[in-house]
This record gives sequence, structure tokens and C-alpha cells, in this order.
Amino acid sequence: MQSGLRHRWFILFSIIPALLFVFGIVLYPLVQTFIYSLKNMDLLSDHQGQFVGLNNYTHALMDSDVWSSIGRTFYFSGVSITLEMILGLLIALLLNEKLRGIAFLRSIIILPWAVPTIVNAAMWKWIYHPEYGALNGLLMQLHLISEYRPWLSSPWLAMNMVIVADVWKMTPFVAVFLLAALQMNNKSIYEAASIDGASIIRRFFTLTLPFLKPTILVLIVMRTMEAFKVFDLIYALTQGGPSNGTMVIIYKAFIETFSNLQYSNGATLSYLIAIIIGILTIVYVKVLKLEEGA
Amino acid sequence: MRKKITAILAAILVTGLLAGCSGKNADPIASSASSEAPKNVTITALFMKQAGYSEDAIKEATDAFIKENPNIKVETTFVPYEVLEQKTLVANGGYDVILVDAPWTAKYVKANLIKEVTDKVSTADRDDIFAGAISAMQYEDKLYGMPWLNDVKYLFYNKEMLKQAGINAPPKTWDELIADCKILKEKKIVDFPIVWSWKQAEALAVDYALIAGSFGGKFVEDGKPVVNDPSNIEALKFMQQSLTDGLSNPGSPEYLEEDVRGVFSSGKAAFALNWTYMFGMANDPKESKIVGNVGIAQVPGTAKAASATINGGMGLSIAQSSKNPDEAWKYIQYLSAKDFQKKHAKDALPIWKSLFADADVIATNPELVNLSKTQYEYLINRPQVPWYGELSKQMQVAVQVALLGRSSPEDALNKLQTKALDMSK
Repeated sequence: MQSGLRHRWFILFSIIPALLFVFGIVLYPLVQTFIYSLKNMDLLSDHQGQFVGLNNYTHALMDSDVWSSIGRTFYFSGVSITLEMILGLLIALLLNEKLRGIAFLRSIIILPWAVPTIVNAAMWKWIYHPEYGALNGLLMQLHLISEYRPWLSSPWLAMNMVIVADVWKMTPFVAVFLLAALQMNNKSIYEAASIDGASIIRRFFTLTLPFLKPTILVLIVMRTMEAFKVFDLIYALTQGGPSNGTMVIIYKAFIETFSNLQYSNGATLSYLIAIIIGILTIVYVKVLKLEEGA
Repeated sequence: MRKKITAILAAILVTGLLAGCSGKNADPIASSASSEAPKNVTITALFMKQAGYSEDAIKEATDAFIKENPNIKVETTFVPYEVLEQKTLVANGGYDVILVDAPWTAKYVKANLIKEVTDKVSTADRDDIFAGAISAMQYEDKLYGMPWLNDVKYLFYNKEMLKQAGINAPPKTWDELIADCKILKEKKIVDFPIVWSWKQAEALAVDYALIAGSFGGKFVEDGKPVVNDPSNIEALKFMQQSLTDGLSNPGSPEYLEEDVRGVFSSGKAAFALNWTYMFGMANDPKESKIVGNVGIAQVPGTAKAASATINGGMGLSIAQSSKNPDEAWKYIQYLSAKDFQKKHAKDALPIWKSLFADADVIATNPELVNLSKTQYEYLINRPQVPWYGELSKQMQVAVQVALLGRSSPEDALNKLQTKALDMSK
């Protein structure tokens, strides 16, 4: 009995460092940000720091700028995740084959993902440069365009170019995950199926895809969370421009906080993002459970 | 056995914890503050990487300062202009000396980030500093920093291209500029005669404030926004027209000053607006293909104003949280002294009026020194209100919406005015 008590104290003692970390860098900021979102922390105002209840939230939700940046974030996430899933799956299928030099291919495919996002963004900035960018040079040599053109000067095009940069970086991540799942697949089922005369496409849709479904769902959840928080790319490539064409919600929160010094607005937007991601995750998990039950 | 393992684990954890604590004590700021030795202090200073005085010049002067004052150690940090403001706000308390751009002064004062220094600058000194440079560091008639960097925008032109087109002198008005651009384009001397820094960033707010000013417009009057003033609308129409006519480089909406320099220096534009630093760099064979062909002139104007340029003055302020404000001020004084400013006059013109008569200063660049005297007469400030940052952000969007033809200049500015009224409340 006594040794059990000592044991419990020891456990408590051992987890103190971890507790400190969790409280210090996770819980404290989370709570503090939430409190900010309920106050009027406008650093430029003479009256700051009073509680204003849910005012900040109603204000943000009635602001059409907030809704359009949420819309843009959904567009960014939707398109980039779809492309990453399709390309990632195709690459994973290729890498799963027994080809010559496959080990080499598997290792270089990881490279884009290994590059830090900000480096990736800086690189794409040069690729897209209107005067001496590689993209213009390539398209000119292929005779696809007749003169150099700007890529980030119109809102819709700029958004899609940012998506391309994101897809280039994150597709390898998806591919590696799916490849890992494919490697665990039972080869004999495929052999049996092909003996039974199932075509390659039939095998893909009735065997591979259902088998990969849980992995794909997990990937979608992970990628949604990340895509919703896209920041580095926007920061380095467009800074939200042109004419707010790439002003995603997290960048807006950043501007509100650190440029306009409206800490409350920034905190409110951050919590809205968290709520949206939370809802999406719940939906995904429900879907995942349904799939498992079926 | 099990107990042994847990004991070892506990020992590791405890040492880890202690190591963590001692690590905190080694924190440089804490140690400098706690050291009791006679005034042995370390101060930290935040500067920017591009434009104005070079990193080397500042480091050299800092070393000389440390030599003269062995008890003061100075640690300098250089960041790009684009992150200077955020760095200052986020690292609140991390620096003693901060480089402050003119449009931030009011905001920093409101947010209680910088110390007032009105009494520290003598009247004699004040009379010798350019009014524009002083006003950049002022808010409600109080001084919050030592003017340090004196900078305005000029019109740059490619002499060779103008000669080829048969144009004898640089344009004096925007109409002349447009006429010249049309000739240059028709004669196929250059695809897009003029290039601008119109990215959704402060650079766009600078150019718009300047062009609007030359059309006789203003953004704020007596603390109240007047963004949709007819002159401002006219200025925006001029900008939009130059893009739709194909006279302005179509990449302009994604360019910053450095991109403008790149385009101009590689001979792909006949005209460009930029800060003083481009004059030196466009004439540097390592950086430019058009060495010797760089012309510099007064920013064009209209019938309402002969010219207008923006006050890009910056100053050095003492952070409110600084533990060594006296040493920080000493360092600031050293960097803004006439010696330093004279020595590096080719990077940026001095803030001291008396230095403009100095033969050495004139010799660094007679063309620029002479031009600057007239250009300074048309100096305008961006609105000196605490909510300028927010106004600028919204203005960048509104102006781009009009530039990209997604809304008429009138609509864009009317909408902006509504938002600005809300901000100024």
C-alpha cells in the first residue's frame, strides 16, 4: 500500500516537466488567446482590455471580408488537397511497382517535402518572376506563350499559382503515406484477382482503393488542418495580394494582430479557424467510423 | 530491478529540469541587466537590410562606437524592411534601439513602444535638421526619435532609351511622361516603358500617396479621412489608365522596390520611381546592365502641383522597455552625428542642412545633391494618425481592385472612405 503511494508520487513527479511544457506553450496561449477574443485588446485605443462578450465574434461574422477570406481558404484547401490526393495516389502506385532504380526514385520523390516551406516559397517566387522567371522561360521555349507574362498580378491566377506551389511540396507527403499503406497490402489477393480475370482498372477500384480508404481519410484530415493554416507560402509569395486575391483567413488574422495591432480581432479570427477545423474533423471522424462500420 | 530503472529515470529528469533552469539564467538580456560592474552594458539595436545606409557602414560605425565606449557593447540585428515592423512589435522589449519608419511613429507612440525624446534634441540641432526628417519622428508636436535616414522618391530614367526616342529632357508632368512612354512604345524601344512597385504592400501606399499628392489630393484632413476626394480619384484613374494602355509594366501589381530596381537595371524600363539608393546601385556594374545611362529627375507633377515626393525618412528611437536608455541614446547620437552622415553620404543624403554645403558631400554626387534641394520642397507625409497602418492595408486593396479593373476608381475609393471613417472613430 505504502509503496503504491510512493509510486503515485513518483509518477506525478515524473510528469511535471511535460506538464510545464503543455501548460506553458499549449494551454496558456490557448486560454490567453480565448480571453483576448472576448476583450477589446486594441493596442491603439485609449480604452482597452475591457470584456466585450461575444462582440468580436458577431463583428467578425458580419464582416464580408472575413467571409470572403474563409471562402478563399476553402478554395485553397479544396483544390490543393484534391490535386495532392490524385497525384499522390498515382505516384504511390508507380513507386509500388518493381522497377529498376525504384529505390532512387523513392528517395528523390521525398525532396520537395524535405525543403522548408519558406525556402519552397522563395523558390517559387523566382520561378514565377515576370521578367526572369523559369516558368516564363520554359513556356516560351515550348512556344506555349508568345511573351513573358506576370503570374501573380491577377487575383484568381495568383491563388492558383500559390496552390501549384503547395501541391508541389505536399504531394510527396501524400505519396509516401499511401505507398506505406500499399506496401502492407496482401499481394496474393491481387494474384487471385488477376487469375479470375479482373482487369487492372477493376483491381484498382475494387481492391486498392477500398484498402487505401482509411489512409486517405486520415491524410485528408491532416492536410485539411494544414491547408487551413497556410501561411508561409502566402507570406513569401503574395502577402495576400493582389487586391486580397490570396488573403486567406490565417494571413488576415496575422495582419490584424501584428500590423493593425487589433489583438482581439486576430484572436477572434484564430478561434474561428479553430472552430472550423474542429467541425471538419468531427465530420471526417464520423465518416471514418461509418466506413469502418459498413 | 524496476526500482533501479525508475531511480535512474528520476535522476535524469531532475538533472534535465535543473539544466533547464540554468539555461534560463544564461539568458543574455537577464545577465546584462543583473551585472553590477560600473556601467558595463549591452544594448541591442534593430536595423533594416536594404536601402539607406548599408549593413557594412552601420557595423563599421558600431565597432568604432564600441572602441570609444568600452563599457557599452552593441549587438546589431538586420532584417528586411518588410519584417521590420512586425519584428519590433513581436519582440517587444527585445531591443533598446529601434529603427522607425515615418508612418509607424504615431502607432508606436499610441502602443507605448517608444520613448519621448523631445528634450534630448537641442533647438540648434533641430533647426539644422530638415523639417521633413523631423516631422517623420513627431506625433502631436512631440519628438519620439532621432531623425536618421533622409530619403525621398525620385524619377529615374534611362538616358540611352530617351535619346533613341528623340526625347531631350525628362518629363516634368505626368502628361509628358505618358506622351514620352507612348513614343517609346511605338518606336519599340522598350515593351513597357514604366515600372512601378504596386504590390499589395506599403510600397503601393507610398506610390499612391505620392501620385495623389501631385494631383493635389490628400487622404486625411484634420484627423478625418477624405480618401474619396476628387483629386485622389483622378490620380487613381491615371494609374489605372497607364496599366490598361500597356505603358506600365503588367508585373507592377506584384513588384516591390527591389523588383523595380531589377527591371530598371536590366534595361527593361525607361522610367521608374524609386528611393535614392537605386541611383548608386543602377550605376554599379555588378548590379546593373545600364551603368552610365541612369538619369535622375524630379518626380513629375500636374497643373495643381509641380511635383510631389514622399517622405521616406526614418529615425532611431529608444524602446520604452529599454533598461539602458542613456547608453541607447548615446549610440543613436553617434549614428546620427554629422561625421557618420557625411562619411556615408553616398548611401543616403544627410539629415543635416548644413552638410549640403559641404564640398565633400556635394562631391559624392553633385547631380543628386542639387536635385534633392528642389525635390525636398515638394515633400509630403503619409497620414500621421495611429490608424494609418490599417488605412494603408485597406487602401492597398482598394487601389489594386481599381488597378485590376474590377471596380471603378470612384467605387473603390468610396468604399474605402466608409471603412476609413470607421477606423478613425
